[in-house]
Amino acid sequence: MTLVRIEGLGVRFSTRSECVQAVDTVDLDIARGDHIALIGESGCGKTVLGMAVMGLLPKNAWITGAVRYRDQDLLKAAEPDLQRIRGKEIAMIMQNSALSLNPVKKVGDQIAEPLLIHHVLAEKAAHDEIVRLLTAMGFDEPERAAGRYPHEFSGGMRERILVAVALACKPDIVIADEPTSGLDAGVKSRILALIKQQMADRTLFLITHDMGTAHYLCTQIAVMYAGEIVETGRTHDLLSLPMHPYTQGLLASLPSAGLHPIPGMSPSPTHLPGGCRFCARCPASIERCSREHPPLISTGERLVRCFLYD
Amino acid sequence: MIELDKVTKVYTKGFLHRQKTVAADNVSLRIKKGESLGLVGESGSGKTTLGRIALRLIEPTSGTVRFDGIDLTALSRSKLRQIRPRMQIIFQDPDTSLDPRMTVRECIAEPMKIWDLCSPHEREDRIGELLETVGLQPDLAGRYPFEISGGQKQRVALARVLALNPEFIVADEPTAALDLSVQAQVLNLLKTVQKKTNLTLLFISHDLQVIGQMSDTIAVMHKGIIVERGTTRDVLASPKAPYTKRLVSAAYESEVWLGKVRESLPSKK
Repeated sequence: MTLVRIEGLGVRFSTRSECVQAVDTVDLDIARGDHIALIGESGCGKTVLGMAVMGLLPKNAWITGAVRYRDQDLLKAAEPDLQRIRGKEIAMIMQNSALSLNPVKKVGDQIAEPLLIHHVLAEKAAHDEIVRLLTAMGFDEPERAAGRYPHEFSGGMRERILVAVALACKPDIVIADEPTSGLDAGVKSRILALIKQQMADRTLFLITHDMGTAHYLCTQIAVMYAGEIVETGRTHDLLSLPMHPYTQGLLASLPSAGLHPIPGMSPSPTHLPGGCRFCARCPASIERCSREHPPLISTGERLVRCFLYD
Repeated sequence: MIELDKVTKVYTKGFLHRQKTVAADNVSLRIKKGESLGLVGESGSGKTTLGRIALRLIEPTSGTVRFDGIDLTALSRSKLRQIRPRMQIIFQDPDTSLDPRMTVRECIAEPMKIWDLCSPHEREDRIGELLETVGLQPDLAGRYPFEISGGQKQRVALARVLALNPEFIVADEPTAALDLSVQAQVLNLLKTVQKKTNLTLLFISHDLQVIGQMSDTIAVMHKGIIVERGTTRDVLASPKAPYTKRLVSAAYESEVWLGKVRESLPSKK
């Protein structure tokens, strides 16, 4: 059953002189229980996509398409309606744990906030729930932790608190944007294990640049390049047999695959090329690639935006 | 080339400096000329402190640092300055290590001006040469740091460092802020330059897989102590210290799926 359906989502930012196409006609279905990873490098539009679903983009963003959730289009929903959904039904784990917690509020109060705002629990019951959540997040002394401020915790601990905030209202779907960036390897693997365990019977939409994380947490992967999705597939299939030349290049640039870089750099989102956006860097490009923009081509269970599979 | 002998660094804070943090504890390290040593450890292990002590950007609490036979720790400021061009550092974050008000050209020219290495005319040629070495288009020379990408900025930082023809470079997590495909470009570049000019390199990273690609030998640092030292091959294949074992197994955990990936990759290059 489809929970969230993203239809032809496009996001453009206009500045005085230029127009930035950050996300371009993205279609994506997220079904209940899915664990989907959106993989891409910085600037490819993956975070903007997540923010668009949450209705958190600034006013200068020009958004087209639709994000269907239940019977409504989130992009057209009024702010009060969105507020009822945000945090309660669709929750987000933001990228930077140092910046996304309020520095002058005790963490217990921050975890209680969604519960109280959405009238899920009364204050007394909320307190018990905080303790339960913090225990589940691996805090030894949950009561004491709840009374502390964000700066008293390490990066890994703050990340756990963010996970607790996101899970507090038992949302339908959690959007996690780079939940472990900036953490040490050891801390990172513990946080990922925690997220995996907590997400077992929930829906996860993970935004990341890290293929290890995507492989660990998700059953499906969508690869994004220069604002559009270039390949989708089941995690195992996609990683063991990458089809799009960009995905192949990305995997070959991993240190453990021998650091074979993709030549050149991503096109500027203000001047996207007319044909295939990866054409200039692609080792397999043909004449048609620079002329025509490839659609997503379906091969078996996969979708690939490349004429090689036409 | 570089010899750290029983180097200790203690940071103190609080009333009467009562709170002590030992960032490096009796560390001895040696890097031969033309060798690349990878220093690996998690954040807070003291690896950055050690890298800076190797250049005497930080004063060690005790111990000596020798560079090409010269005891850096005993040198006066002016003598030390004379040696500076021979040893350079590339920092983690190119956003904060490049002057935002200097163009790429000015930034690369600055060290040459300070050391009066060549005439203004020759300098222009040299800048062109350096840009080519690090794989940047000549038309980027007039741009400011905010107008170029992270990977390009780190290339500029490298060009600036190479302008002085150094013999020893400390690279402190030079690709931590970069994307995967850009990281591969910058690391390959650094490796090529290192081999070509017979540079001695101290490569600092928390990423064992990156270190594995970049270094001839590895030193593993944990809580201020070097817990293991050996050739890259030996340390990765048969780690001895329990901490290294944990690091390696964590790195290999993510390799399980990569093994399959590697087989399927089109064999190019």
